[in-house]
Amino acid sequence: MTAAATEPAPPALPAPAAPPPALRRAAARRRRTPYLLLIAGVAWLLVFFVAPMIYQASTSVQTGDLEDGFKVTWHFATYWDALTAYWPHFVRSLVYSGIATALCLLIGYPLAYTIAFRAGRWRNVVLVLVIAPFFTSFLIRTLAWETILADQGPVVSFLNDIHLLDATSWLGVTQGHRVLATPLAVVCGLTYNFLPFMILPLYTSLERVDGRLHEAAGDLYATPFTTFRKVTFPLSMPGVVAGTLLTFIPAAGDYINAELLGSTNQQMIGNVIESQFLRVLDYPTAAALSFILMAAILLIVSLYIRRAGTEELV
Amino acid sequence: MTSPTPAAGDAVRLTGTAKSYGAFTAVHPLDLAVPAGSFFALLGASGCGKTTTLRMIAGLEAPTAGTVHLGGQDVTALPPYKRPVNTVFQNYALFPHLDVYENVAFGLRRRGIKSVRKQVGEMLDLVQLGPLARRRPHQLSGGQQQRVAVARALINRPQVLLLDEPLGALDLKLRRQMQLELKRIQTEVGITFVHVTHDQEEAMTMADTVAVMNAGRVEQMGAPADLYENPASTFVANFLGTSNLIEAEVAGEEGGTLHLTSGGLRLSLPAARCRAQAAVGDRVLAGVRPEKITLAHRDDEDAIPAGRNRVPGRIVDSSFIGVSTQYVVDSPVCPDLEVFVPNVGRDARLAPGAPVVLHWDPEHTFGLDAHQDIDAGLDGLEAEARGAAPERAGTAATAEEAAV
Repeated sequence: MTAAATEPAPPALPAPAAPPPALRRAAARRRRTPYLLLIAGVAWLLVFFVAPMIYQASTSVQTGDLEDGFKVTWHFATYWDALTAYWPHFVRSLVYSGIATALCLLIGYPLAYTIAFRAGRWRNVVLVLVIAPFFTSFLIRTLAWETILADQGPVVSFLNDIHLLDATSWLGVTQGHRVLATPLAVVCGLTYNFLPFMILPLYTSLERVDGRLHEAAGDLYATPFTTFRKVTFPLSMPGVVAGTLLTFIPAAGDYINAELLGSTNQQMIGNVIESQFLRVLDYPTAAALSFILMAAILLIVSLYIRRAGTEELV
Repeated sequence: MTSPTPAAGDAVRLTGTAKSYGAFTAVHPLDLAVPAGSFFALLGASGCGKTTTLRMIAGLEAPTAGTVHLGGQDVTALPPYKRPVNTVFQNYALFPHLDVYENVAFGLRRRGIKSVRKQVGEMLDLVQLGPLARRRPHQLSGGQQQRVAVARALINRPQVLLLDEPLGALDLKLRRQMQLELKRIQTEVGITFVHVTHDQEEAMTMADTVAVMNAGRVEQMGAPADLYENPASTFVANFLGTSNLIEAEVAGEEGGTLHLTSGGLRLSLPAARCRAQAAVGDRVLAGVRPEKITLAHRDDEDAIPAGRNRVPGRIVDSSFIGVSTQYVVDSPVCPDLEVFVPNVGRDARLAPGAPVVLHWDPEHTFGLDAHQDIDAGLDGLEAEARGAAPERAGTAATAEEAAV
């Protein structure tokens, strides 16, 4: 816009008169507006994301103790020490959250599909039901699972009666006749708590798939299953990617589920960070662990997005 | 309902096929045979059941009664993906995540054909889209998308190609072009086409056989010229082009000609062209197309040859539309007779208010049963004109045909 205004006019034509000042001021205002609208968001990110990040980054390379205080000594060995000490927790976090994400996808996809294509006038009711658990706090919901899976509770008794727990114990996901304090309980909790984050993006992207494409595919000799494989699923990929990210990322850093439903043997990296920060008070290690977790998630997510190739779909 | 014994020559045969949604009957029991290799049009206003009929042939809608045969095979219970038909959808329904090439190859791949390159290439050439093979549907214009939709369906060499108002979204000029294109492709590949449209002109230019549908029933079926010249009902007379319908009473018959009286005037009608009971005293509707009527000034009345139907009147309105001039004439038989006069030599005396005599060859008169709504089919035309007004004005198009 400005470039065009300052360009010299062709010689044959009289130079265009400069726009009146009022118009110029209006144009300048228009150019500024997008930046003005960004101020609140940018300020928020600066205060609550960038500043803490810098602070934590500096903490992670400090040494010292509580009495004498911490000083920046560029002690990068903390990262290596943290990784060697806690790598099982990292692996466990990624495995648990990966399994929980896969389970969310397996449970959430049919549900989102049904809501989008089959629910008819019940669509909004079902969507509200999906979100309804969110009216209760995360902590309460997880505590409820503790009650549900209690050793003497009806669920565990039933599972024992049908000898299902023998099978899961043989697989190594439960121990003895308990569900609590086992990997199964933690993964169940993660799956339950993050399921809506999977369903909602899946629903939005499935809902946008034109039902007439199903008819077209059927008309072109595709069986209902092929129609799903070749048309519906590829078109819902943006939702699959968004849903898995929204599930995997917070689940990988979660510690409430492992804390309430697991034992020390199911501790995830979130539990370690929490205890380093709040109980051991070894701030540099806690900060280094946080950064390692962030880097690991960034790496996995970027590989995943490249693989899924969603930019092509938009 | 007779037991269906489909003739080998029929690509599609519907026998007593009906569809109702609860209490609403979309399609009344319908018997229809589409000869193999023909270009068949289902014509009607929106909501007349033509698309439902098409969807029952495709298998996208299950009939509530009756059977559907394709090439002699009963397919009533078969799902769409097992039927040897393909559809060009109204909104094209192209797969947005696949490029043009993959859209066209979709049907072949589903049937397990591995080497599709040659066939897809040929098909893209046929619809002149070769250079755009790697584009996505959203990168194409409406006309190009339409051609992809046709190619995607045709490449499977279906027994029948079903077209559901495929030209509805195109502008007038492109639509004309695609009409000729589709006709060319049909002649080239020799596949039976069943085309659903609300555009009477489109149906008449493209199809060998037109079935005019109204309120879930086929009103009349035949060649376009036959439907136009010999409408069997007021709906067809009004929906296909424009008709002047005159209420008259049968006065007598001699030598194959019916003599009618209307508003004190005598009109003649060939008995063979009368679709109604025509004993003396019966009421009939005498119809004549506007372009068949000649308009003479009252002063020239003596020059009109004997034996023609004559109606005196007064010009109420005239509108000049290029190839012809349309007049509305108030007469004793009908307050708004329409006359289309080709603009060969314009008579300056023929202005609103002028006394005139309308005359036409009695052979051009058709007779209809008076026990039906004289305005049937007009609503549809008006609705259509409202819906598609920018592209076409129904009467203007008919006038063009008349002038040719």
